[in-house]
Parts: sequence; C-alpha cells; structure tokens
Amino acid sequence: MKKESVEDLEVNLTGEEPVSEGGEIKPKWYKRIRKGITTSSTDKRETPEGLWSKCPECNYILTSAELKENLYVCPKCNYHHRIGSEEYYDFLFDGEEYIELFDNIQSKDFLNFTDLKNYQKRLDEIHSKTNLKDSMRIATGKVNGEGIVIACMDFEFIGGSLGSVMGEKFSRAVDYCIENKLPFLVISKSGGARMMESAFSLMQLAKTSGKLSQLSDAKLPFISLLTDPTFGGISASFGMLGDLNIAEPGALIGFAGPRVIKETIKKDLPEGFQRSEFLLEHGFLDFIVDRKKLKDQLSQLIILFRN
Amino acid sequence: MPEYPNRQFLDFEQPIKVLYEEIEKLKQTAEKSKIDMSDSIQKLQDAIIDKRREITEHLTPWQRVQLSRHPDRPYTLKYIDNIFTDFVELHGDRNVKDDKAMVGGFAQLNGETVMVIGQQKGNNTKMRQLRNFGMANPEGYRKALRLMRLAEKFNKPVITLVDTPGAFPGLEAEERGQGEAIARNIYEMIRLKVPIIVVIIGEGASGGAFGIGVGDRTLMMENTWYTVISPESCSSILWRSWDKKEVAAEQLRLTATDMKGFGLVDEIVNEPLGGAHWSYTEAADILKTFLEKNIKELKSIDPQTRVNNRIEKYGKMGFWEELIVDSTEEQ
Repeated sequence: MKKESVEDLEVNLTGEEPVSEGGEIKPKWYKRIRKGITTSSTDKRETPEGLWSKCPECNYILTSAELKENLYVCPKCNYHHRIGSEEYYDFLFDGEEYIELFDNIQSKDFLNFTDLKNYQKRLDEIHSKTNLKDSMRIATGKVNGEGIVIACMDFEFIGGSLGSVMGEKFSRAVDYCIENKLPFLVISKSGGARMMESAFSLMQLAKTSGKLSQLSDAKLPFISLLTDPTFGGISASFGMLGDLNIAEPGALIGFAGPRVIKETIKKDLPEGFQRSEFLLEHGFLDFIVDRKKLKDQLSQLIILFRN
Repeated sequence: MPEYPNRQFLDFEQPIKVLYEEIEKLKQTAEKSKIDMSDSIQKLQDAIIDKRREITEHLTPWQRVQLSRHPDRPYTLKYIDNIFTDFVELHGDRNVKDDKAMVGGFAQLNGETVMVIGQQKGNNTKMRQLRNFGMANPEGYRKALRLMRLAEKFNKPVITLVDTPGAFPGLEAEERGQGEAIARNIYEMIRLKVPIIVVIIGEGASGGAFGIGVGDRTLMMENTWYTVISPESCSSILWRSWDKKEVAAEQLRLTATDMKGFGLVDEIVNEPLGGAHWSYTEAADILKTFLEKNIKELKSIDPQTRVNNRIEKYGKMGFWEELIVDSTEEQ
C-alpha cells in the first residue's frame, strides 16, 4: 500500500514561516542553495524574482504569468496551488470587480497571549508583511451576472486560523446576505482554530452556527467550498454545514491533522486519506469542482437554487 | 470515593498522603499497644482538612488541569447516580454502533424527566480502553444528537456533562466524518427548542467538548478546564516542545474563574475542599442545586425566546478592533 505523505499542518498555526518538508507550502522561486558551483558571480545574470514557478507536485516549470492565466492550476498534473482571497476574488467576480465588506475589523490581543512571541506583535508583523487584517475577507459582487457574497480565507494569516475576527466577519456577512437576499459562498483554507485566542476562538463555532441557522430560516443558499487544507474548527463547524459542501481536487480536509492521527494510531496513513476524493467517497461532499470550472458551476447553482 | 489505601495522590497532594500514612501508623500502634490514640488521629484528620484547604487556595492553572484528570475524580455516570433517579441508559446512533465514550438517557431530577448526556471515562485500565478515554467517535456525537432530538420531541430539558480530552483522532473517525458530526451537533444544539444546560465536570477540550457543549447555560466546576486545545498540544505546537504545558495552561486562561470573567461560561460550581474526588456525594449535591435553579429559570422562558437568546449569547462572544471608516466610503 502506498502511504500518504504527512504534512505537519499545525505548524502553520504558529504564525511563523512554515519550514517545508516534502510538500511545499508555497511555490518557491529558484535559488542556489549549494555553493558547489564556483562560476564567477561577478558577471552572473540574476533572474528576476517571481518569474518562474515550479509545481510542487510534478516539478513542471512555467512562468508565473502562465500559472496565473491557468488560475494557479498546474497545466500538467492539475495540481491546485494554494492561493489567497485576492486571487479567488479576481477570477470569480465579473471583471475583477467587487466591494470588500467589513474590512475595518481587525484582531487584537485581548488575552495578552505570549508564546514564543507576543500575539499582538505577531499580528502587527503579519499585517505589515501581507497587508491582510485577518485570515478572512468578505466581498460582494457578481458571478456571471449573479449577485453573491463570498467569504474567503487567507492561509498566509496564521494558517487561516479561526478567531474572533473571522467569527464576526462571517456573522456580518450572513446579515448582509439576509438583508440583500444574496447567496453565501465560503471558501475555506485553514489549519483550525486560533490558539492565541483560546476559548474565544472555540466559541466562534457556535457563533457562526447561530448565524447559519438564521441564513437557513431566510432560505438563502450557503455553499461551502473546501480547499487545501481545511482542518479542525472549520471542518467542525460551518465548513461542513453547507447546503452544499464542495471541494477542489486533491485538497486535504479533515478534523484531526494527519500528523496527530498518525501518532495516535501508530500506523502510516493510506494513500489519498483525507483528500477531497476520499471525502466524496465517504459521503461528505456533494461534488469536487475544478478551479477552472468553479465560476460557471457557481452561477449555475445559484440559478438552480432560485428558479 | 476510594478509601485510603486505594486512594491516588497527585504530586502536589503528597503532603496529604504523608498524613494518611501517619494515621495508619498510629492506628496500628494503638491496636498493638491497646492505647487510645483517637485524639492524635483526630488531630491528623484535621490537618488533612487544613491541607486540602491550603492546596485549594494555591492551585495553579496547570494543577487545576491535573485535578480535572484526577484518577479518583467522579465521571459522568457517577454524577448521574448521585443526582438523578430512574436513569434509563439509551444506546446507539442508529447508524454505525454504540459509542461507549458517550453515554446518555432519560432520568428524573426531583421527579421531573430530563435527558442527560455526557462523555464517560473509565476508572481502571480495562474500562479506560472500553470508554476510549472519554474520546468519542462520530457515532458518539450522533447518538448524543439523537437523544437531544428525542428530548426535544417530548419537551424535556437536556443536561450535558462534559469530560473529554478531545474527540478521537482516528482513521475511522475521519472516514465517518468527525468534523461533520461535531459541526452538526453545534448547529442543532444552537436551535434546539428545549432548555440545554452544559456542565464542564472535568476536561473541556475543544471541539470534542463543544460537540455536546452548546447551551442556554454553561456551568464549569471549580477544578476543570475548558478551551480550544489541551495545554500539552498547545505547548507542542506553539512552543515546539512538550515541556511548556504549565506556561501554556497559564497563557490559555482555561480555568473556571477566567472563563467566567470572560463571560464565556455563566456559573462556577464549587467543589468539595481539595476537589470533587474528596466526596462524590457532596460534589453531586452541590451540582444538583445548580441544575435545579437553572432548569427552573430556563423553563419559564418561551422556546423561541430561549433559542434567540442562545444565538445572541454566542453572537456576542469574541474580541476585535473596529477601525473608524470614512463615511464617504462604501460600507
């Protein structure tokens, strides 16, 4: 039996740069690591950063422009790169036009939580590096002419972790959907709950469920799109509560992280374990959707729900 | 609770063990020499009470975590025995199997029927395995939900007793949708039409606890913990070492006092001096008065208001900063 390579997802929740082992977190640009080659570097031509991209799955190399054109999907092996809210919004909303909502809400360190670094310091640093205020953004616009509200997570921001801000933005997004009679799509990509907010982050599971209950009473569709990776508090709440639960191909989705399971059962995990296809097989997804078909599929669903 | 020779002591309870040993010695001497030692024994017994008080007054968050896992601590079925009458245990999720880590059934509280549900740990090696250390699989959560719906149908209040180191992180648990099972419970509990009282009686570990942990009132017993991750796992992830569990326990603010201070739980249920393991009946009696009071209060509210209040209560939880937005801007 081929075994599944185990990615340590929890490390993303620390808010530190992930040290990649096996599966790379981000496509890395070419860099000379070994100093074995001793060509004179005085007249060496540097390749500009970010021009080329290598598929972490099949090592296929293409230009970044080509990759973007292909919606960050490998043209050779169909590997879906992990992308952020900006990228999703740009290709999902018509003409890349959308209004961002509730972007004035940001995290604060209420508990004065300090692990290897103080939480507030961590927040400030990530904000200045990524320009993101938290791990979820909300936007509204049109998808093939159909109005929708899309909440999307950014894995870059402490592993897309669920904290108070995500809970509050999610809640306001639902209120906005109800007020404007719009369907709600949530694109999940998260390692789980944010430990630096302790029990407050756990309570967001009930907070968001309460709002979904109101959305349900308003008979507005809620579609949950799970992308690579979605774990912990997200899969134990709204991630699995969609009227439709759908996922991108090959995405890792589960409650407990693969490393934890491996340590618990003291066995290697079977190939494909916790992948989208595994979840579909076990009855937890409605279907798997290719990123390139996502937009059309989405507008089609909105019409099916409405007419 | 077990009598002295079978009693177990945590590291910081060792001074009490020493006192017990002295009592034993005195008893033996008294027997051998036929001298009345009851005064000295009484003094030592008083000293034990003093020691219990002293320990209680200086507990660190980590020690509370240890107490919540005390091997002699009463578990769910022990509370059920001591608080309720006519308990009829109901089994199975009607789909896969009966999860022994989750128990539940109808019972009477002062002549009134309630549905009581909780995680169950075992008190010896064999039972611990049978109960899977109080770590439920998806079918455990689905059994709990089935029982809650049954309670809703017959308009009976639900009482859940939470005591788990987490939902089970296993291969089959994932196959059968551990995440979905917990998510579904949280969603259904927030809109259940009957009153729900949640009591953290031991360990309140994250989603595994919250899967039966949404309610109108959440009570936390004095020596329990409740947060998003165990201090050990938190230490291993954030500090990259298993040795920082004490620090993690402090940083997580997981004690009943902290949780009450944050408004995330409603009441703290006091325990017998030194912890619930010192007297099962006393611990149960105290909890019983809390349950009676809360059920009475909740029953006087009409169901729709109760559900709205519940949604509102959780809706207020969280902290964030809201920046002032230029009024000319959209939203």
